[in-house]
Amino acid sequence: MSVAILRQGEYLIASIQSDLSDSEVIELRNELAELVGRHRARGIVIDVSALEVIDSFVARSLRAIVLTAKLRGASTVIVGIQPDVAIAMVQFRLNLAPLRVALDLDAATTLLDRLTRGDAEDGG
Amino acid sequence: MEDEVRVSIESDADLVSARAEGRAMAERLGFPRPDPTLIATAISEIARNIVVHVGRGEIILRPLDEDRRYGLLVIACDQGSGIRDVDGALRAEYSGRGGLGLGLPGARRLMDEFEIESDADGTTVTMKKWRLRDELAGLREERRRRG
Repeated sequence: MSVAILRQGEYLIASIQSDLSDSEVIELRNELAELVGRHRARGIVIDVSALEVIDSFVARSLRAIVLTAKLRGASTVIVGIQPDVAIAMVQFRLNLAPLRVALDLDAATTLLDRLTRGDAEDGG
Repeated sequence: MEDEVRVSIESDADLVSARAEGRAMAERLGFPRPDPTLIATAISEIARNIVVHVGRGEIILRPLDEDRRYGLLVIACDQGSGIRDVDGALRAEYSGRGGLGLGLPGARRLMDEFEIESDADGTTVTMKKWRLRDELAGLREERRRRG
């Protein structure tokens, strides 16, 4: 699969390396759900800057990844949506409600730090 | 003007080539940003409809060269059993098998022209995107000034 998944502390960084087929997107969802448990990850960053297209299927799959990870105890932030891709998504009227996005990796980890800190203080 | 490009669609992996070909042709035809991405996204949707609902079909990309404008024509055809409710499929709230109800209306919003012909022998989706006239006029003006 053309996605590199690295571990950085309590976070998993999934960096998509090239445009993905639908099956590869599904594979990414399954792999992340598995890895969250194995590494006890509390956050996931998905870098989608290599995606040429975010259509209804990819958008739905990203939502599925976010919700699946949430059930496994991890928050997800999407980074690197290309400007043209963002314009296409708006014109398409894709529903992005549950997606948390950040401009780049630094912003994403800062956001994850904030999102996961609250849980940690609750003893989670 | 270059010839048409045909991409046969038999699996989800073919969607990747179909949208790459669409983007490449849009760029060669001089479409400004973000049009190549809009075109690639629309192609991705209608090609996926073929994979999910029918199994196999074809995407044909063809440059359009009319009197005062350039464009890109996308034809998606399959020999499936047709879309029973075309108007319904074009409404956002409709969700056909596979839950891809958003696909067709979304693709239509990304393109300038959009038509579906569907009967028991198959479905043909025809989409067009035109290069903006004022941009063309600007290019011509620039060319004239350069002599």
